[in-house]
Amino acid sequence: MNTPIDSTKVAHAKAKDSLLYLDGVSVSFDGFKALRGLSLVIEPGEMRAIIGPNGAGKTTMMDVITGKTKPDSGDVYFAGDTDLTRMDEASIASLGIGRKFQKPTVFESHTVWDNIDLALAGVRKPFATLFHRTTKAEIARVEEILETIRLTDKRDWLAANLSHGQKQWLEIGMLLAQEPKLLLVDEPAAGMTDAETAETAILLKEIAKTKSVVVVEHDMTFVRDLDVKVTVLHEGSVLSEGSLDVVSADPKVIEVYLGR
Amino acid sequence: MLTSFILRALDRRTSIVLLVILGIGILLPVLNLATDPSSPFHVPTYVLTLLGKYLTYALLALSVDLVWGFCGILSLGHGAFFALGGYGMGMYLMRQIGDRGTYGNPILPDFMVFLNWKELPWFWTGFDHFWFAAIIVLLVPGLLAFVFGWFAFRSRVTGVYLSIITQAMTYALLLAFFRNDMGFGGNNGLTDFKDILGFDIQADATRGALFFASALALAAGFWICRAVIASKFGKVLVAVRDAESRTRFIGYRVEGYKLVVWTLSAMMAGVAGALYVPQVGIINPGEFAPANSIEAVIWVAVGGRGTLIGPIVGALLVNFGKTWFTSGMMAEYWLFVLGSLFVLVTLFLPKGVVGTLMAKKDRKPAEKPIEDVVAPGAAVQAAE
Repeated sequence: MNTPIDSTKVAHAKAKDSLLYLDGVSVSFDGFKALRGLSLVIEPGEMRAIIGPNGAGKTTMMDVITGKTKPDSGDVYFAGDTDLTRMDEASIASLGIGRKFQKPTVFESHTVWDNIDLALAGVRKPFATLFHRTTKAEIARVEEILETIRLTDKRDWLAANLSHGQKQWLEIGMLLAQEPKLLLVDEPAAGMTDAETAETAILLKEIAKTKSVVVVEHDMTFVRDLDVKVTVLHEGSVLSEGSLDVVSADPKVIEVYLGR
Repeated sequence: MLTSFILRALDRRTSIVLLVILGIGILLPVLNLATDPSSPFHVPTYVLTLLGKYLTYALLALSVDLVWGFCGILSLGHGAFFALGGYGMGMYLMRQIGDRGTYGNPILPDFMVFLNWKELPWFWTGFDHFWFAAIIVLLVPGLLAFVFGWFAFRSRVTGVYLSIITQAMTYALLLAFFRNDMGFGGNNGLTDFKDILGFDIQADATRGALFFASALALAAGFWICRAVIASKFGKVLVAVRDAESRTRFIGYRVEGYKLVVWTLSAMMAGVAGALYVPQVGIINPGEFAPANSIEAVIWVAVGGRGTLIGPIVGALLVNFGKTWFTSGMMAEYWLFVLGSLFVLVTLFLPKGVVGTLMAKKDRKPAEKPIEDVVAPGAAVQAAE
């Protein structure tokens, strides 16, 4: 009788010291299994790179963590005891999980400043924002973030006028403004020049000093620049895990990446 | 809190617009009442009434723009809120007729006597008081919008699907109000009004007061919209319009924002309808026609959505055009003109008249950043 409750408790206990805990997560869309029994644990303060061929389930995994997609089965816990499968996007974001999209998604008709200001941790309810007045502390915080993402001189620009790489940074800046405990970053180096890619790696490493970061990436040079533990996804579950050198020597990974 | 919220919105541009609207609201009635009909400055009463009608249309357009231009919700059913506000006012005006109707019944409006009804239906209770009608004018459109929005936004219905349901909503109300047993006068609607607040509704002074009231309502609506848009709430609305999922992922519950602005907009449309009815002297189910709501969207598109002055200018321009066009021999082609106007504006003036003018005016300071953006790319090309 008590089996379902017990199994939750067991999962709970295992998730105790982790920041993010996924166990046996499965998702299918119209019969297609995007995730099959995916299990993944991120420690507090850890930075993790996730790689995998197209259709491996990387984006679906992000959707599950951020509440966009509800899993068919499996457990997803944040900070040990918060069940993410029961929450919507806004409440998960307020818990401290920030997400960066593959395609840079910023508010194009707002200025760089307003983009950061909107993302700033703080008021979120309609009537609170209606009567909100920007405080000195908020101004200082926005300025600090603009400095970090190297966009101070473009603060009054419309986000639409930024270059592709600058939009990516602005989006990372918006994530920082949320003051998240965990950052999910989807292909931050996509479409960037080599110089921008290297700079982005430095930026992410700087961020990872204070926060946990999960980076999904195709670009192997970039993953090498990050120099962190790597998880390889394939067909919706974990294929291999370890340092980049270990996983790239794994015969299963070689087979998936290079074909038979 | 509320005063600072309202005062913050009062920048130079807003003040000028408010002064112009209120100035016209005072000047035209004065020119109507204080000048001799032979004077070149005289404004005939029929012109005053016509312009008063336009002002209520402008307020309707403003309410459409608030949700469409700033939050990306394209409503093809705002005429429903306008008409509901109109019916609220119409019911009050019906009760003011008293025993002066054709059948001389002191309580029942003519159409109820005609239908052999013996007593006033319960939902007509209270409409002999102006204050009650005034509350209903705000409450009923607001409540309908709230319930509609609650279900639609929570289920994340967006874009074209949402537009279609708004259209269905106004069409359903059209069919309902056509029925005699609904108790709102069937297809004849409510008409033959005599008094408003004890004043003769046909009198020049009353017409002048109604015109001023319309201008006042438009000014108030403009000010409120301006305050909403200038606040952080307004920035979130634009964020929803630009990138809805991003807004969710930074922690805003988007449906709450949509619900608040949608309900506010419906209440504004209700007030516009309530001021429209005493000036045109009739409200009937035809006001619920989907075509009316679409026309309001065209006014906004012509004037410039996403600007607050645009919908006002658009509503005035298109309706001047309509009055001019439909009074000539080309009258039957008006709908073709309106349709092509919409297509042409969408193709060649996507920002509308006001939006294009404002973009021209603001271009100079924006030029520099655009050059700077190009520069890094050009440098890369040069390096290659």
